[in-house]
Amino acid sequence: MKQGIPFHLKPRSDESLFTPHPNGKRMFSFFHRHTFARGVHPDAHKSTAGSPIRRMPFASRMILPLAQHIGKPAVPLVRAGEEVVRGQPIAKADGFLSVPIHAPADGVIEAIELKASARGPWVESIVLRVYEASTQQVGWSQPCDIDNASPRDIIQAIQDSGMVGLGGATFPSHAKLTVPAEHKIHTLIVNGCECEPYLTCDHRLMLEYPADLMIGTRLAMRAIGAERAIIGVEDNKLDAVEAIRRCLPADGRITVQVVPTKYPQGAEKMLIKSLLGVEVPPGKLPMHVGVVVNNVGTLAQLGQLLPAGVGLTERVVTVTGPGINKPGDYWVPIGTPMRTVLEWAGVRDVDAREIILGGPMMGQAVASLDVPVTKGVSGILVFDKLHVEAERKIWPCIKCGECVKVCPMGLNPSMLGMLAARREYEAMGAAYHLGDCFECGCCTYVCPSHIPLVQQFRVAKGILRSKSA
Amino acid sequence: MTPRIELRTSPHVVQGGSVEQIMLHVVLALLPIAAFSVWQYGLSALASLVTVTLACIGSERLFNRLAGKPGTLTDWSATITGLLLALSLPPAFPLWMGAVAGFVAIALGKALFGGIGYNVMNPALVGRAFVQAAFPVAITTWIPAFAPQRFSEFAPTTFTAPLMQPPDISAWAKQALDGFTGATPLASWKFDNVLTTPTDFLTGAVTASAGETSAILILLSGGYLAARGFLDWRIPAAILGSAALAALLFQWLDPARYPDPLFVLLSGGLMLGAVFMASDMATSPVTPKGVWIYGALIGVITVMIRYFGGLTEGVMYAILIGNALTPLIDQVTQPKLFGQTRGKRA
Repeated sequence: MKQGIPFHLKPRSDESLFTPHPNGKRMFSFFHRHTFARGVHPDAHKSTAGSPIRRMPFASRMILPLAQHIGKPAVPLVRAGEEVVRGQPIAKADGFLSVPIHAPADGVIEAIELKASARGPWVESIVLRVYEASTQQVGWSQPCDIDNASPRDIIQAIQDSGMVGLGGATFPSHAKLTVPAEHKIHTLIVNGCECEPYLTCDHRLMLEYPADLMIGTRLAMRAIGAERAIIGVEDNKLDAVEAIRRCLPADGRITVQVVPTKYPQGAEKMLIKSLLGVEVPPGKLPMHVGVVVNNVGTLAQLGQLLPAGVGLTERVVTVTGPGINKPGDYWVPIGTPMRTVLEWAGVRDVDAREIILGGPMMGQAVASLDVPVTKGVSGILVFDKLHVEAERKIWPCIKCGECVKVCPMGLNPSMLGMLAARREYEAMGAAYHLGDCFECGCCTYVCPSHIPLVQQFRVAKGILRSKSA
Repeated sequence: MTPRIELRTSPHVVQGGSVEQIMLHVVLALLPIAAFSVWQYGLSALASLVTVTLACIGSERLFNRLAGKPGTLTDWSATITGLLLALSLPPAFPLWMGAVAGFVAIALGKALFGGIGYNVMNPALVGRAFVQAAFPVAITTWIPAFAPQRFSEFAPTTFTAPLMQPPDISAWAKQALDGFTGATPLASWKFDNVLTTPTDFLTGAVTASAGETSAILILLSGGYLAARGFLDWRIPAAILGSAALAALLFQWLDPARYPDPLFVLLSGGLMLGAVFMASDMATSPVTPKGVWIYGALIGVITVMIRYFGGLTEGVMYAILIGNALTPLIDQVTQPKLFGQTRGKRA
């Protein structure tokens, strides 16, 4: 290891103690303390982890919102009636914090109009009618000599690929890998925790595309000038750890570390704490402690896209839940309407159901089946009538303190909830650090009074934002 | 395909616990203690348990109706208050006074503050403190444990006519059990310097409130609740630990005057109070650090009242003081924010 890494952030020397046991059980698990404090252990339900990723065919009509990422919406490059080929940019980035959008299939642009979005409001979207003869062939690419590219060129290539954080954050990847000069990055952390129940898309990507993950990790390391990369994987995915280990480069700059299975292990700040033992200060970014965190799915996809010079047109989505007949991980073209995905995966016909984008802890329920799969959709969960949590009676807070015992950020959700009930939003923000809540949902998960704490916090944050604006 | 789509906010899965579940398990955990008390003291204890519990449930129902709120009896909390209150009263406490205690517990201890979760002090202790002040004689009138005729006759005090003082029962008690002095172990120690043996405590052959003598049952029940996550084990641990330490310190200072820690732990209502009353969720701190401070305070204050106060027993007031200090303790023991360096407050 070179000198650039601060002493206290050196790799854990005792890693060999915790290497996976041949029969799958971790040895010396009693001593395994490398994790963040508090958190919860929801049932995993990762039944789809055992079967390979399948490909989903093209829908007859795709919907591509111009704002699938955090930042300014993309600007359309096409007009209605224009023919496009798979992989062709159909909208370009509007400034630095923005990414382009590529056509997911050969077809003709039907319209650019307002369409329903997962979050509710109708948003400007490009509607593509797909030719029935459209093939998997990518008809457009912009190859560059990525092996000899400068960090700046790599970052440009990442922006051109339209890549965003595929874990669900949808923050443009090139922006995340652009580090201001005052920060020196020593470690790239690759997040393979996938701590949300049900989701297995990252697990399958690690199993099936470890070589691409290495390429993507190396490119990201070069872009940020990191000396090493640590891939953090929860200990319920030891087969993925094994698959990655087989592909690790000989120079030892990329390592894989097993972390305990605990929600929210995959939250950036929690994973940094688990792997390096440092806490990112409140209101600060990982780069303040010399770290950049990227999702394994994002880097594995980058490893596929950048050498070929093509854009992001599809992603792996876990389609699962009790209401699905053919649960599994699917390569889904971006823009595929939810209805098509669910019909393909076989939705059981039942009365009431809940459809969730993302995982069950932080995912969002959607009201319409006409919304498309966008870049940030990691999973589609369908709960049937039996599994939708029944409307539960809300009791007053009995101050049991369970929420305090599980909040990974060290907040006092009980107090925050009581302040929210009294509408004392300023006190929530100023004295009780509401801004540090990242809405992981642990407090609501354990609350015996069934108080919708996270929702109260979202509302309070919104009110505080609108007041300060 | 036209499904009815439900819209919920995240998280979409939950652990599945509920207030009713917690409270029901506390009730279940109290039942063995109540049963032991009945076996020990007979019909009088049974009548007291039933009357006080019904008084609490009835009062809860009355106040809900007055406030126009939906019934909250299914949450079992009024049942807990009733059982705990009855277990903390003398076994032959006049039934009408027990009913008053139950009413006051719910009225002043709970309904006044807005019901479950909002109360500042443990309702059962509020009720007991009230009758301690209102009926000082009745609340220190004890009957012998394991009297031979305990299942065939009531103690004379039990059916005292409402608003009347109970009759003097010293003659009845002497005849019921030979050599009965009518003094609790704490009183015997304080006034006559006679120590009750640990064996007597463990078999329950002592003079005490209805539910105070079964230390082993209390610990077993508490252990069950703690193991299921319905009770914060830190609270009894802190109370019993700090009381034992304080007792050890005094015994070291003056072994002739002060009793051993085991006597302090087993006598009076310390065990029942530490496991079931101080651990009431609504009236104890929510922060893990605050819980230790709260428990330690209660333990030390109990020993102080017993050693230096006019009363023989101090658990009730110690817990009420702890309850009153809870908001303050919570305030100064807020958890450390993730990423915040020690000693620096953002």
